[in-house]
Amino acid sequence: MLSYILSRLVALLASLAVASVVIFVMIEMVPGDPAAFMLGLNAAPDTVAALRAELGLGGSPVERYLRWVTGMVQGDFGISYTYQVPVAELVAARLMVSLPLAVMALLLSTLIALPVGLYAASRRGRAGDWSVMGITQLGIAIPNFWFAMILVVIFAIQLRWFSAGGFPGWDAGVLACLKALILPAVALALPQASILARVMRSAVLEVLDQDYIRTARAKGLSHRRTLTDHAFRNALIPVLTIIGLQFSFLIAGAIIIENVFFLPGLGRLVFQGITQRDLIVVESVVMLLVFAVILVNFMVDIAYGIADPRLRRQ
Amino acid sequence: MTLHRTAPAWLALAAATIMGAQTALAAQTSITVGMQLEPPNLDPTGGAAAAIDEVVYANVFEGLTRYRADGSVAPALAKSWTISDDGLVYSFTLHSGVKFHDGSAMDAEDVKFSLDRARAEDSTNAQKRLFTGIASVDVVDPMTVKITLSNPDGGFITNLAWGDAVIVAPESIDAAKTAPVGTGPFTVSRWVQGDRVELARNPDYWGDAVALEKATFKFISDPTAAFAAMMAGDIDAFPGYPAPETLPQFDADPRFRVMVGSTEGETILSTNNKAEHLSDIRIRQAIAHAIDRQAIIDGAMFGFGTPIGTHFAPHNPDYVDLTGGSMHDPDRARALLKEAGAENITLSLKLPPPSYARRGGEIIAAQLREVGIGTEIENLEWAQWLEQVFRGKDFDLTIVSHTEPMDIGIYANPDYYFQYDSADFQGLINDLKLASDPAERKSLLQAAQRRIADDYVNGYLFQLARTGVANAKINGLWENAPTQANDLTGVSWSD
Repeated sequence: MLSYILSRLVALLASLAVASVVIFVMIEMVPGDPAAFMLGLNAAPDTVAALRAELGLGGSPVERYLRWVTGMVQGDFGISYTYQVPVAELVAARLMVSLPLAVMALLLSTLIALPVGLYAASRRGRAGDWSVMGITQLGIAIPNFWFAMILVVIFAIQLRWFSAGGFPGWDAGVLACLKALILPAVALALPQASILARVMRSAVLEVLDQDYIRTARAKGLSHRRTLTDHAFRNALIPVLTIIGLQFSFLIAGAIIIENVFFLPGLGRLVFQGITQRDLIVVESVVMLLVFAVILVNFMVDIAYGIADPRLRRQ
Repeated sequence: MTLHRTAPAWLALAAATIMGAQTALAAQTSITVGMQLEPPNLDPTGGAAAAIDEVVYANVFEGLTRYRADGSVAPALAKSWTISDDGLVYSFTLHSGVKFHDGSAMDAEDVKFSLDRARAEDSTNAQKRLFTGIASVDVVDPMTVKITLSNPDGGFITNLAWGDAVIVAPESIDAAKTAPVGTGPFTVSRWVQGDRVELARNPDYWGDAVALEKATFKFISDPTAAFAAMMAGDIDAFPGYPAPETLPQFDADPRFRVMVGSTEGETILSTNNKAEHLSDIRIRQAIAHAIDRQAIIDGAMFGFGTPIGTHFAPHNPDYVDLTGGSMHDPDRARALLKEAGAENITLSLKLPPPSYARRGGEIIAAQLREVGIGTEIENLEWAQWLEQVFRGKDFDLTIVSHTEPMDIGIYANPDYYFQYDSADFQGLINDLKLASDPAERKSLLQAAQRRIADDYVNGYLFQLARTGVANAKINGLWENAPTQANDLTGVSWSD
């Protein structure tokens, strides 16, 4: 297991190094001067020059790349041009929204999808299977921002059970925060759960065709016990892969849902950073997301090893 | 909320807190105001973003003078002032007993510091030109400050009313970007970045006490989300409401009041006066006649906006209606193009993100095609627009709203991005700077408006409207926007 983990770790570090170069080069190529953006139409050229100097925008690209990378290694992500606060602080504050939201959506989608997928597989070809397949098809087809707006119309505007959006901040109480995240989490979870349920169903079906399932049934194990004891665990590998992918997507990819519910999440921070040419924020956040994706993949790899001991020896 | 009737009192209280205290108590003293853009920081002297002033102007920071809701300029921290006969020396008497939010006293030293800082060599004040006419700022005594100008400037008192000219303290200015310390009736109590800024009443305010105890600015960029938040009661007022297409729905609902006011935003089809075809006045005139302003206002702005014929706000008493000189007349446009020998030209039309530009651009492209001018539309982000159009002058046409008040002076700068170079006009603006007699200023301003209209410098489209929605029980919000601000000092709830 240890050498398996080590080999994965080397792959992780190499991916990070390559990613940092790609990100830096791409963002350097984007046209637009942050200082000019901040000062607007009436600013005199010497004012813009003064601000550029203040922001530390000078130096060659190589110099700036090295400064950026060495800073990051030491945990210093730089200072946001527009907000004038450390990027790490900004990101941490946004993660306090994005992370719980992603976890909530993922829990919700997993808790719904796994039993539903298992159920559908156990009812293969029958009415239960067909209705699950129909509903999940619908869940994938419905755009999540549209579903989010429907949720807002029903639960915020009509019933007034929830706010239409916004985030009170954790010092307002855990309950208030979780409440603010419920509608967005549901909106995010629906398509994810639909995909996951279908993956679960086909994975279980594949396992059910295996010889050892027939053996288990033949030795007198009930249909239910066969499903929970043998089929479920063996079907988990593809499901874990999808869950890993979904989690990375949920952290950064919730930007549309963040807009609908005006949540101060990470996706919106990146989006704002791009439009305001707050390049240091964009670079650092994208790097962080790459890190998150790679880390999640790493953990999924480890989870494979736990779910399927055979993989450890490869 | 059936919960309130059945649950124990503490639960109901907790629920009310969670739900944002929607239960209206008699004479509510807090307000939640929606804004589309979040300010990048809260220092109005260090950035151009309108959103900064929309939070702090008049609420947190004050200048020597200030704008009132009707666009007039009134005394603020300066109680009174005298102007020397040659128009060069302004002597301001300050209000006594004014304190900054940190408890320190505001005096003439702070005024000197603020103005010197704004006009300094390394100043990052976005409106530095407001202060370049100042020769010196001298402290006479703690309550008197003397400002000497290098040339007389009839607009100086107005310049001091800008958000960029507020008075700050040397001890607290370094932290102003996140923790601003001003003299206003509200203090900034909390800023949850990405979500909201909370203001609390300043108990030690030197002037008339404000009715509100708490004010929250909440940032909602998506128009659909803004609509939902208004409808759900999360937001009490949205003065710069971004979804004008839904206004009829609010108008029909007795819970809400729709506000339609004017802004200082002259929305123009900016024209590169040095570009290949466009240096020919006949072609610029042809473009002006090809444009149907009302069609743009109806099609792109849902009918909100006032047609303009020059670069001046229609609500200003010195405005001259010059729309007649550039009436929609496609035949005349075609004739002019023929005369100029430019019957099959193609121009670039570069559009920044706001909907007036993107939607208006499509309509203008169609109108130009009517008279035989082709356009190549290119959509740009603001940062790209600043780089290519504003700085690089690499464009033929663009659409932009010039939102600074009284900014006709930009036409006197031949390097400004539309590159209009007229000695005649520059002379007018010079005379205007030296004039302080109101009648003389009026005639100069009107001559300036006529000059740029007659030269067809740009296509003058419409004055940007400010459409807002508010709870019908709120009084005292600004309908018009003489400057970018959400002045809450006069706001209160009726029962």
